[in-house]
Amino acid sequence: MDSNLLKVTIDGRSIEVPPGTTILQAARMIGEHYPPAMCYYTPLKESGGKCRVCLVRVAQTSEANPRPMPKLVASCLTRVENGMVVENESSPEVLEARHGVVEFLLINHPLDCPVCDQAGECDLQNLAFEHGTEQTRYEEGRREFDKIDIGDKIQLHMTRCILCYRCVFTADQITNERVHGVLNRGDAAEIGTYIKHAIENDFSGNIVDVCPVGALTDKTYRFKQRVWFSKPFNAHRSCDKCCGEVVLWIKNNDVIRVTARKNKFGEVEKFICNDCRYDHKNLEDWVIGEAAEIERDSVIRANKYKTKIHSPAVQVDAKFVSE
Amino acid sequence: MARQILFEHINVPGINTLETYVSKGGYQSLARAFKMTPDEVTEEVKKSGLRGRGGAGFPTGMKWSFLDKKSDKPRYLVCNGDESEPGTFKDRHLMMNIPHALIEGMIVSSYALGARTSYIYVRGEMMPVIRVLEKAIQEAYKAGYLGNNIQGSGYSLDLYVQPGGGAYICGEETALLESLEGKRGNPRNKPPFPAVWGLYGCPTVVNNVETIADVPWIVNHGGDAYAAIGIGKSTGTKLISACGNINKPGIYEIELGLPVEEFIYSDQYCGGIPNGKKLKAVVAGGSSVPILPADLILKTANGEPRLMSYESLNDGGFVSGTMLGSGGFIVYDEDQCIVRNLWNFTRFYHHESCGQCSPCREGTGWMEKVLHRIEYGHGKMSDIDLLVDVAKKIEGKTICPLGEAAAWPVASAIRHFRAEFEAHVSDPGSCCKKHLHREMTSVH
Amino acid sequence: MSILSDSAILEINNLKSRYPQGKQKSALLPALHIAQAEKGWLPVDAMDEVAGILQIKPIEVYEVATFYTMFHVKPVGKYVIEVCRTGPCCTIGAEELIQYMEDKLGISVGETTDDGLFTLKTVECLAACGMGPVLQIGPDYTYRENMTREKFDLMIEELRNKS
Ligand SMILES: Cc1cc2nc3c(=O)[nH]c(=O)nc-3n(C[C@H](O)[C@H](O)[C@H](O)COP(=O)(O)O)c2cc1C
Ligand code: SF4
Ligand code: FES
Ligand code: FES
Repeated sequence: MDSNLLKVTIDGRSIEVPPGTTILQAARMIGEHYPPAMCYYTPLKESGGKCRVCLVRVAQTSEANPRPMPKLVASCLTRVENGMVVENESSPEVLEARHGVVEFLLINHPLDCPVCDQAGECDLQNLAFEHGTEQTRYEEGRREFDKIDIGDKIQLHMTRCILCYRCVFTADQITNERVHGVLNRGDAAEIGTYIKHAIENDFSGNIVDVCPVGALTDKTYRFKQRVWFSKPFNAHRSCDKCCGEVVLWIKNNDVIRVTARKNKFGEVEKFICNDCRYDHKNLEDWVIGEAAEIERDSVIRANKYKTKIHSPAVQVDAKFVSE
Repeated sequence: MARQILFEHINVPGINTLETYVSKGGYQSLARAFKMTPDEVTEEVKKSGLRGRGGAGFPTGMKWSFLDKKSDKPRYLVCNGDESEPGTFKDRHLMMNIPHALIEGMIVSSYALGARTSYIYVRGEMMPVIRVLEKAIQEAYKAGYLGNNIQGSGYSLDLYVQPGGGAYICGEETALLESLEGKRGNPRNKPPFPAVWGLYGCPTVVNNVETIADVPWIVNHGGDAYAAIGIGKSTGTKLISACGNINKPGIYEIELGLPVEEFIYSDQYCGGIPNGKKLKAVVAGGSSVPILPADLILKTANGEPRLMSYESLNDGGFVSGTMLGSGGFIVYDEDQCIVRNLWNFTRFYHHESCGQCSPCREGTGWMEKVLHRIEYGHGKMSDIDLLVDVAKKIEGKTICPLGEAAAWPVASAIRHFRAEFEAHVSDPGSCCKKHLHREMTSVH
Repeated sequence: MSILSDSAILEINNLKSRYPQGKQKSALLPALHIAQAEKGWLPVDAMDEVAGILQIKPIEVYEVATFYTMFHVKPVGKYVIEVCRTGPCCTIGAEELIQYMEDKLGISVGETTDDGLFTLKTVECLAACGMGPVLQIGPDYTYRENMTREKFDLMIEELRNKS
């Protein structure tokens, strides 16, 4: 064994990883049954720790310290120690906690999937499908915000936001001028620009790609098509601003949307510029490659929502259906 | 009169000035400390058994020894003067009346930790306190207790007061550090702890006002002398701020180990319950700690007298015990409504949640809304268990302990006073605040 | 055109020396207190000016100003009455007193009187629970402890006469 590597066992399967690796990363290396992540995003520094869906139980801290950790820990931020033993899906405590977090995320969510552009590729929808319950126990009023346009390309539907902070980190780290952020606090906290302000920046479109729900959507694509009616293809062009490597969402030979490519964990590895995203919607602009694999355990792949949404956790409010 | 360490001279006229403070023996610990090495000062604090007075009761000397001294970054001492835990009002009193006690403590503690710049973070609402501290700091600079080469020791220190802006969460030490960096008061995920990654990413110790003000006495008299006061692992004295339905609300310095019954009923302290009313319940350590009914606050489940100490108040765990916490002692007489009080506290946590992590952001609001319904006569029996379950799903799942702070009051109030919740549901007409002509609502 | 006075700008600039080089953002909270003391509240251009002095982005100021309850991001009356509404004060009559204040001023919590003199605001525990009910009043944030209806009436009268 390479003496620099650390051995970690997650749900009974072991792997050796370099120091600095988090539990979540190690679990992803092992394969299929890794914890979900709604706020952590590998390319974004400081992301993670907020949504709490990735909580796991550390049954043994390390070889040197065989005691369990006193509380569940955020796997996205907790680093592996040698000899660590972790319980993810094998721990009823973890599953119950995750179930609780999903319920919390849903109590103020509008559940307007039928009219949401993100439906079919929404991490919250997927999560609710796996960890939600049949019935909501929440009978109180839900938080509501007006939807607003931030610039002519992006719409913010704050009611759907889960405050993962990903878009804020993206604006900070990928673009050079952040004009939006988190305002107010507690459950009144919201993403916003405070004063009417358009988010205009060569890389601003990426905040749509990193949003795990339908809070930030591409206005140039809105309502054009349900995502599962279009086919994604990898494509590239030579671009002087970004890598030019994208996914084209094509229907009937029309490019209806351009997004960055995501890896199998749903994360963008190479951010793209707004030129590629918004200004090249002709097939001729692109060298088209193979069909893009939508790898994550998404409802698109699972083909769960061919015609209509009916996640058990998602009781659709009639108001939204008729919208 | 019981042993007074912090308040010995609090009633001396002019004790807020440097001159009077020095005439009462103030600032003597500096010369003593400078004759010792910083580690020797830390060693005395360890020996004293002093535990953090901000709420968690963590041994102060041990916290200091965790400070990463291998790092070549600057080190910081930050004093936590955010005092916002409902029921707690001791630090404001101390800073307002004997500001030099805190400043002297900051100097010797900073010396022990090797800090060259230290900050006292005071909640913004306490502007009057901030003005007093700033004036006192100017006096201390003038007298050569702060600044370069203090008293020829070769040690230099700059000390600043930093105002908060109105946010309970900034009492949580990492939220406080964020706030001090000019940011929103969002607590950080830990580890890394401040001892390694604190202010500006540098090794930092955060201590409560009272904790730091205790240090000069320890330096002057030795750790052993301090450890001789109090009981068991609860050494020394503690400031208790007593409020609610008592005859003599105020701030008392008690020797740890004082029987709770004596504290409530003796004329030297709270002086009993007004108007001949009976004691109903006590929240003994600030709003976050579990509420206890009269019988359990006076005696432990084993029938032993409950004492004002970390251990005795915690006797029975959370089944039948509570915590000393911050020393915010809130007394409820028989007329007080547990449901209404709990709704009020839960509204507080809802309002004060920073909103970063989902269990606290969403769960505190959920609990508040359910409690508001119950309080105003629209509750269901199933709401009571729902509250217990939501509290359980917050507890231990959050970034910072505000989650627990919000969950414990709910769990304990229902544990000890379930019948009262049921009565609110089954007989809404019995609603306790009928005389208020408007509903109090949650305002953001 | 600067919206803050020269002395306020100087005061904010002077704050920077309290913090290490490059950490001038630390001055944000005290700077906002200075700006608010001068303007009565925090209009956007005042916040933008603070951002300029501290060399940070305007959004960083908005994020902070909207997080902390002491900062008024909407116009308020000349005197902001901030009265504690938290549990311990309520055991000794704060709720009843707050409703009395509303009636007396003819406004609800959160509102400002027509003459622009008073804004009534409820706040959380002010660390004066043993001296409750308690309120404080800007710009000095003086505490008024052991409040009663009579004391409140007197206070309002005094402030009205002063204006
Ligand atoms: C939500 C929350 C609020 C807190 N508020 C305060 C406070 O107002 N004052 C304080 O000294 N400690 C407070 N604490 C505790 C601090 O995080 C920290 O433990 C303390 O300042 C350490 O100082 P000590 O060891 O001297 O007690 C709070 C903790 C939490 C979780
Ligand atoms: S527990 Fe509450 S206060 Fe603490 S980080 Fe989470 S949301 Fe913020
Ligand atoms: S992914 Fe770990 S807390 Fe959100
Ligand atoms: S509850 Fe009003 S000051 Fe503490």
